[in-house]
Amino acid sequence: MTVPAPALAAFSDQELARIRADFPILSRTVRDGKPLVYLDSGATSQKPYAVLDAERGWYTELNAAPHRGAHALSEEGTEAYEGARATIAGFIGARADEIVFTKNATEAINAVAYAFSNSAAGGGGGAGERFRIGPGDEIVVTQMEHHANLIPWQELSARTGASLKWLEVTDDGRLDLSRVREVITERTKVVAFVHASNVLGTINPVDAIVARARKVGALVVLDACQSVPHLPIDVADLGVDLLAFSGHKMLGPMGIGVLWGRREVLDAMPVFLTGGSMIETVTMERATYAPAPQKFEAGVPNAAQAIGLAAACNYLTNLGMDRVSAHEHALTGILLDGLRERPWTRLIGPDSLENRGGAVSFVVNGVHAHDVGQILDEHGVAVRVGHHCAWPLHRRFKAAATTRASLAPYNTPEEMTAFFAALDTVPGIFGIEV
Amino acid sequence: MDLYQELIIEHAKRPHRAGLRAPFDAEVHHVNPTCGDEVTLRVARDGDVLSDISYDSLGCSISVASGSMLADLLTGENLDTARTTFAAVRSMLTSKGADPGDEEVIGDAIALAGVAKYPARVKCALLSWMALADALAKTGVNLSEESHV
Repeated sequence: MTVPAPALAAFSDQELARIRADFPILSRTVRDGKPLVYLDSGATSQKPYAVLDAERGWYTELNAAPHRGAHALSEEGTEAYEGARATIAGFIGARADEIVFTKNATEAINAVAYAFSNSAAGGGGGAGERFRIGPGDEIVVTQMEHHANLIPWQELSARTGASLKWLEVTDDGRLDLSRVREVITERTKVVAFVHASNVLGTINPVDAIVARARKVGALVVLDACQSVPHLPIDVADLGVDLLAFSGHKMLGPMGIGVLWGRREVLDAMPVFLTGGSMIETVTMERATYAPAPQKFEAGVPNAAQAIGLAAACNYLTNLGMDRVSAHEHALTGILLDGLRERPWTRLIGPDSLENRGGAVSFVVNGVHAHDVGQILDEHGVAVRVGHHCAWPLHRRFKAAATTRASLAPYNTPEEMTAFFAALDTVPGIFGIEV
Repeated sequence: MDLYQELIIEHAKRPHRAGLRAPFDAEVHHVNPTCGDEVTLRVARDGDVLSDISYDSLGCSISVASGSMLADLLTGENLDTARTTFAAVRSMLTSKGADPGDEEVIGDAIALAGVAKYPARVKCALLSWMALADALAKTGVNLSEESHV
C-alpha cells in the first residue's frame, strides 16, 4: 500500500524573511514611501544577491571571450561558462550538451521555427529531414499561447505554405482536447504549446499532447517560461523534443534564455543564427558547423548572464523546487479565494488549484484593467495589466485587457492581504456596485 | 488619488457624442498595442469647420474620457481652434508635469493634467487626439501647428 506523500508546507514567516533579505529591491518603496508589493514576477522576477554577485564576479574576475584564445582568463572564463551550462542542465534533468544558450525564450522558439524554414530551403542536409516543412504540412499551436509561441509559427506558415491550426480553450480556461485528433493529424509536423499559461495559470496536460504527437510523428516544442521557474521540471519525464525558457523569469538576469533539445533532435536541427564560434571549418565558399550546442551559439555569448542564470538555478535548488511550488500553490489559493469573495470581479482561468500555476488574471466588471492597475500601483502593488502578449486568448474571453497578479518564492501571505486591500478601493473610485 | 478627477470618471462612464455617425470625410482606427485600447474615429468637415467628430472607443477611463473631451471641445470648431487645442493638450500631456495646461484653451481636458506624471498612461490620453490628427491628415489637413505653413 502506498502512503501519499505529506503535502509540503508553504515557506514559514522566518523562511520568507530570510528569502526576502536576499532580494535588495524588495525593501525599496514606491509612490511616496509605500512598501513595494511585487506581484509581476510572471513578467520578470526580481534577482537575489547571489545572481547579482555572480554576474559582477564574471566581470571582476573572469571576463574574457569564452571559447577563444588560450590565455588564462579565456580558459577560466570558458570553464565558468560551460560550468553554468552544466548547472542549468542539472536543474532540468538534462545533459549539458543539450542546453543551447539564447538571449531569451523568444529567440529560442524563433531558432526552432527558423530551423524548419531553413530546412525547407535545403539547410541542414539530410539530417534536417525532420524539420522539412511545406504546403500540405501543418503546424499546431493553442489558443492560449503567448505571442512568442504564436507569431514565429504564423511567420513559418507564411514562409513555407504550411498551414497553422490550433487547439481551443474551454470556458474554464483548460485546453479543449476533444478535437485533438482532428487538429493533430498525420500532416502535423510540429506541435508547439505552452506548459503553464502566463494568463490563465493553467498547467497543460503534456502527456496527452505528446502521446498524440508521437502517434503522428510530429515534433513537440514546449514553452516552459512559466513552469521552469515554479515547478520541479525533468525533461525526461515531460517527453517533449524541444523546450524553451527565459532566465529573467526565474530569478536570473535578463538577456539569457535556454533552448533545450533532445540530443538527436539538436543534431538534426538546422542552424538559425550564423557567424563566429558556431563553425567547424570555413572557406570563402562555404562552412561546416560545430556539433550542438555550439552550432546554435553564434557570436560571443552572454557569459555573465549564463553564469547569473546558473546562480539562480542554485538558489532555487537550495530553496527546493517542491517547496517553491508548494508555497506558490498556497498563495494562489489565497488569491482565488479572495476573488471568489468579490463577485464584482471575473476570474479568467481555472477556479481550482488542480494543475494550476500562480498567474491569476481577472477583470473588475466595468473597470478597464489599466485603471485597476493604476489604483493598485498607487498603493505600491505592482501587477501586470493588458493582454499579457496573449491577445487572441483575451478575445476568446471577450476581455480587452485583464489585471494579472503573478507569484514568486519571495511573495508573502501579507502581500496577498495588501493586494486585496488595494483592490477593494477600486469600486468606490469608479462607482461600481459591490 | 489625483489622477482620477471626477470629470474623468464622468466622461468615461457616459462619453459625450459617442457612436459612429455619417456622413464623414475620413475614418481611422487606432490602437494602443501595449494594452489593447482601440478607437475608431470619424471626422466630417464643412470647409474649415469640423462639423462632426464621432467615435467608438474601447479602453481605459483615461482614453475614453479623453476622446469624449475631444469631441466636446472641437465639434463645430474651426481648424485654427483645433490646432491650438491639439497643441495645448499634447504639450500638457507630454510635459511630465511642467505644463499645467490652460483651462481657457483646453476646457474639461484640464482634468487630464495628472496623466502627464504617469508616462505609461500618456499614450492612453493621446490616443483619440492622434486619431483625429490622422483622420484630418486623410482630408488633407495637418493638425500639427509647427509643420503647418
